[in-house]
Amino acid sequence: MSTLRTFLAPRATRAVPAVRRVHTRSGLIARAGVGLKPEHFRDVLETRPDIGFFEVHAENYMVDGGPYHHFLGRIREHYPLSLHGVGLSIGGEDPLDEAHLDRLAALIKRYQPACFSEHLAWSSHGEVFLNDLLPVPYDRATLDRVCEHVDRVQERLQRQMLLENPSTYLEFEASTMDEAAFLTEVIHRTGCGLLLDVNNVHVSCVNHGRDALVFIDNLPLTTVGEIHLAGFATDRDAAGAPLLIDSHGAPVDDVVWGLYAAVLARTGPMPTLLERDNDVPSLAALIAESQRAEDLMPAPAEPKLCSIYGPRS
Amino acid sequence: MNQANFAATLLAPNLPCPAGLRAWNGSDPTVRLAVYRNNVVSSLIDAVADTFPVTQELVGEAFFRAMASVFVRQHPPRSRVLAHYGGAFADFVDGFEPARSVPYLADVARLERARVFAYHAADADPLTAERLGVAMSSGEDLDALRWVCHPSTSVVVSRHAIVSLWAAHQVNGDLSAVDPALPESALVVRSGLDVLVLRLAGGAARFVIALQTGAELADASALAADEAADFDLPNVLALLMGHGALISVQFPGSRSQ
Repeated sequence: MSTLRTFLAPRATRAVPAVRRVHTRSGLIARAGVGLKPEHFRDVLETRPDIGFFEVHAENYMVDGGPYHHFLGRIREHYPLSLHGVGLSIGGEDPLDEAHLDRLAALIKRYQPACFSEHLAWSSHGEVFLNDLLPVPYDRATLDRVCEHVDRVQERLQRQMLLENPSTYLEFEASTMDEAAFLTEVIHRTGCGLLLDVNNVHVSCVNHGRDALVFIDNLPLTTVGEIHLAGFATDRDAAGAPLLIDSHGAPVDDVVWGLYAAVLARTGPMPTLLERDNDVPSLAALIAESQRAEDLMPAPAEPKLCSIYGPRS
Repeated sequence: MNQANFAATLLAPNLPCPAGLRAWNGSDPTVRLAVYRNNVVSSLIDAVADTFPVTQELVGEAFFRAMASVFVRQHPPRSRVLAHYGGAFADFVDGFEPARSVPYLADVARLERARVFAYHAADADPLTAERLGVAMSSGEDLDALRWVCHPSTSVVVSRHAIVSLWAAHQVNGDLSAVDPALPESALVVRSGLDVLVLRLAGGAARFVIALQTGAELADASALAADEAADFDLPNVLALLMGHGALISVQFPGSRSQ
């Protein structure tokens, strides 16, 4: 582990100009991608759309065999892959589930994804899996625990991971730092990268009365390896204030597109995933929406690979 | 606030909001907590509904979701891999009092669970006629052969017409031609990428179950013949081979063909 930490730490802390052309620290190219849905498997293979990458939820492929592996294997032959975990429970009070890490390692070995990402959240407690990304207090004890968990993930998987900023609906009285400071500290201490979910930024900032651009400027943007975009639903809290819900069930909102453009102005072109998990439209419609992300990327479409941050053996 | 309290609150709508939670505008955090409660329970109900679509059609969406909401709170997932969730659902349905007027519901759920199991089961090449021929002409005692089923194979035995009920829902859900009281057993197996649901006569079901528990051919046939005098071994073997449900033949001493 110490070797990995030594390897990663200098890159995570170096100073970088606010606007930069050298991008992807994830190994993905700076293009738009979409989530790979089972209902689109055949369509992808038959139409072979021109798209930067596909992303899958790791847990969906933790099965022994059958169509999921059949199609992912064939699609992987033609496209870069991003592996996105939703079940590791990195923010959990429990120790990491080593059997789950083994399953992730097996998937990474099999499919050689360009990057692996997980969430700043917890989803399991004791034996129970709650199937949601639950919030953590931003205090020292949680920070130490999350850093230990990220260290262990990177050690076991022998690669840098990206940590995603969450959508949250509640805050904790125990928090002693804000979310940007917490994420920055995790990234600096572990050498992980940031998966910047711009929809989550908007959702959380509205839900907690924060300024999204200030939040973004307080993040270590030089460590961003991938961006996520998605749609949200709107509710109200007990005081009638807007409460946005990260639904992944609607097109990307114009406000989020605006924030995305503001992020790109700071980071340069970034691998950008259009997420859609509910009310999934046709493959063509998803790809058309993702094209908008690519159109907003400021640099010409000369994809660059940043090999120093890619998978290491 | 610790995660044990928070987790318990998510699955129990009547528990009060845990202490230590706040909102920026001082509003009651219970309303915000409800987003998490709803995410957890709704997403798990959705997962159950995805696995049991015909079970849902048989009782209607409103009844099904109400039943599933009780299930997910009593039996939340133990695995982070949701494809494995729902194994306890059919037994739960069996004991769910409001569903007693639909006596075949639990067995249809068993059939649907077997389909999801088959969909994600390990891959294995089916036994070919050529390899079988080699086995048959090996001079070994054929009665002592063990036939190995494809890893996706399940048999669901029922006192109800579960295959006919399920099949009707693949077309238009018209049950007028189905007599639910006729016993049927289902063979569920994945052939290539497709999960098949085949009706098995009583003897054949007993035969496949015996094979799955490692019985030799002669013993499995005898059990099947006990159950149904008209058990037709060549016919059943042809059916199993024709749908890729057999993957190898093992001789005594565990040599495989």
